[in-house]
Amino acid sequence: MHRLRSIKERSARWFMRIIAYCSILFLIIIGIALFVKAFPAIKNNGLWELLTSARWRPSGGKFGFLPFIISTLYVSAIAIAIALPLSLLTAIYLNSYASKGIRRFFAPVIDLLSGIPPVIYGVWGTITIVPFIANYIAPHFSGQSSGYSVMAGGIVLAVMIIPLLVGLLVEIFNSIPKEMTDASFSLGATKLQTVKRVILRRSLPGIVAVTVLSVSRAFGETMAVLMVCGNSTLMPHSLLDACYPIPALIANNYGEMLSIPGYESALMLAAFLLFVIVFLFNGISRLTLNHLEKRFHF
Amino acid sequence: MKKAEENIFKVFMIIAALIIIGLLLFILGTIILKGVPALSWNMITKLPGGGFYLGREGGVLNAIVGSLYVIAGAVAISIVISLPLVMYINFYLPHKSPLAGIVRFSFDILLGVPSIVYGAFGFALMIFLGMRASLAGGIITVAMLITPIMMRSFDEATKLMPRDLPDSLLSLGSTKYEMIKVIMRQLMPGFVTAALLATGRGIGDAATVLFTAGYTDNLPGSLSQPAATLPLSIFFQLGSPVAEVQNRAYASALILTFLILILSFAARYFSSKFSRNRL
Amino acid sequence: MTGTNHKIRIESLNVNIDGQHILKNIDLTIPGREITCVIGPSGCGKSTFLKSLNRMHDENPDVNVSGSIFVDNQDIYDRNINVIDIRKKMGLLAQHPCPLPMSVFDNVAYGPRIHSLDSKKEISKTVEHYLRLAGLWDEVKDKLHSSAAPLSLGQQQRLCLARGLATEPEYILGDEATSSLDPISTKKIEQLFVTLKEEYTIILVTHILRQARRLADYIVFMYLGEIIEAGPADEFFNNPKQQLTKDYIAGSFS
Repeated sequence: MHRLRSIKERSARWFMRIIAYCSILFLIIIGIALFVKAFPAIKNNGLWELLTSARWRPSGGKFGFLPFIISTLYVSAIAIAIALPLSLLTAIYLNSYASKGIRRFFAPVIDLLSGIPPVIYGVWGTITIVPFIANYIAPHFSGQSSGYSVMAGGIVLAVMIIPLLVGLLVEIFNSIPKEMTDASFSLGATKLQTVKRVILRRSLPGIVAVTVLSVSRAFGETMAVLMVCGNSTLMPHSLLDACYPIPALIANNYGEMLSIPGYESALMLAAFLLFVIVFLFNGISRLTLNHLEKRFHF
Repeated sequence: MKKAEENIFKVFMIIAALIIIGLLLFILGTIILKGVPALSWNMITKLPGGGFYLGREGGVLNAIVGSLYVIAGAVAISIVISLPLVMYINFYLPHKSPLAGIVRFSFDILLGVPSIVYGAFGFALMIFLGMRASLAGGIITVAMLITPIMMRSFDEATKLMPRDLPDSLLSLGSTKYEMIKVIMRQLMPGFVTAALLATGRGIGDAATVLFTAGYTDNLPGSLSQPAATLPLSIFFQLGSPVAEVQNRAYASALILTFLILILSFAARYFSSKFSRNRL
Repeated sequence: MTGTNHKIRIESLNVNIDGQHILKNIDLTIPGREITCVIGPSGCGKSTFLKSLNRMHDENPDVNVSGSIFVDNQDIYDRNINVIDIRKKMGLLAQHPCPLPMSVFDNVAYGPRIHSLDSKKEISKTVEHYLRLAGLWDEVKDKLHSSAAPLSLGQQQRLCLARGLATEPEYILGDEATSSLDPISTKKIEQLFVTLKEEYTIILVTHILRQARRLADYIVFMYLGEIIEAGPADEFFNNPKQQLTKDYIAGSFS
């Protein structure tokens, strides 16, 4: 009886330990596997050439990623520019101004927004944002745009990262000890002064970390962006041009990538690049956030 | 002067909050308005008939069933991995163990890896193993996507649990394995919330199954056959030039949104039973 | 006014927190330019009482305050009163020192800056003045522009005092202000209070009877949200009128 108990205990422990080590290994395996797959492309074309050339002719063996890299940066920048101010204002409101009732009402709103699948955001974008840009915004500028554009991608992406940003920002603001804001109030500071000089100041590293985290989310978002950004392999020159971010490129070409030599490897390189960037961005911001969490909870 | 500044700031904050609520309503409203007229009983009970993609008879039962198969398999795999893992790092490893820190950190990173990267990795893995796009491939890849979500969310819930019960069980002479069997009951709501969150995320994701699960108009008969999924069926139908097919994409989007809403509310219900409000 | 130096007059103050009646019908007059100690067992409402003096309860929607508190003949709970002015006038020293997330200098300059003192020269003069007053200048003058977090608890509390004084209050409210400090730091802070009562009216909440004996000119004894006895310290300790007071002073409960 005693023996059986300790055997059970020991085998459970071993099973769990193996899973724990495997899960750490998994991260490394993904990186290595993608790199191995991407290696032929790097060997044939040279990494520098791949990253800086704008010529994309898979059938001719030309894989210049520059338009896709620029598209990714462009779309993500717009998304952050829209989402960050909205999220910051909302998070400050929820932390320092809103009543309990409003806070309780807001929690499911954020949950639902973050739960909506990318493909639904894509449908919504195609039905509303794309025609709006084509019919109302484009005519004021260059004139011709299908609406499937950098701007559409940026707007849809912004809506998608807002719940992530608001959720994390509220958490950061809530981790500020009440004694600290009380100290500011008891010196006669107004709420706005306390927000500006104490809350934001204290949270600055956290805000940066959260922004980096959502940038990396924006970099990797595929389906929704794919559905509204137009997917042109040409370099985008304005907000109203079509563009082609890296994830969309991978998703759109899976069908033919096995039939053209070198294509698969080039697309795997794209996936590898995404992985590395996300790894670094996530790693840095998570470390920052963990560090802050440790320092702030006492 | 100070007062005016304060008020202007307040107005901006309230506008921002209203915009966010407005966006949610706008998105749900759009999907409902466009989806309801195209929704019919046939949509959810019939397979695509001949000429379905030209606007004739049929429904998206293949995608609904396919998605349920994929997510059921993925959640099962994900539970088998995350449940023991969470127990291990919370109850077996000492408090503040570096291994637990590294596991949490790697899952935080995995949580941020985009689904398209999992899709590409899954695809590479399948080529390596000589598999073709199939239900099994979809299940494995979606499991990669949702395991970090389930693991981290369950882990957070477990960390919040008071340590009195585990400690008293141990002091009664239970082994840790026996202790876990007892406290699982307490951890159940947190666990269910985590599983529902992961389900919602997995069932709606298209980029993972795009390469790996394939697409078919039939129901998948075995793990090695391709399986259709709801997000992909929306994507393909929306790409059609035929208006009827596009309308069916809206109806399919409504079906998916409805599924997600149910999962989301269920998750909220369980987590509110369990812990204090997160916001 | 009757010509005496009575500075704070409280009339039928009631405070409810989450429906619980914490302060019951407080009527009290607190003398100016003296140290008043509010004593009583923990949970008797001392801290709640102190917080109603600078309207910190405004920040918590679950707290309901009624009644009047006249400071220099002005009801601070009057509708037309700006809460900012009240808090500027009533400096609060909290139980745990809580430096703001900024440098030593900026901590002390915080109050003057938010109350729109802009001249750089004025600010640094003010900062130095109050750091000296709090007896901290010599210890921090070389690290004015580094973070306040590495200071010892005792230094932090004196920094908080300097920070509070820099907003130029007329009253100092101390909420168990020495309870988290070591004996030496406690002594320094207590000495400061004695010096400061020349110019300020000081109200200290404490549960340490000996501290009240050392410092107080005037004592308020609270029990379960009510004032049991209040009066000059000599009289209070040597000739208490209520049985409950006698028991408390004798140490029958604490």
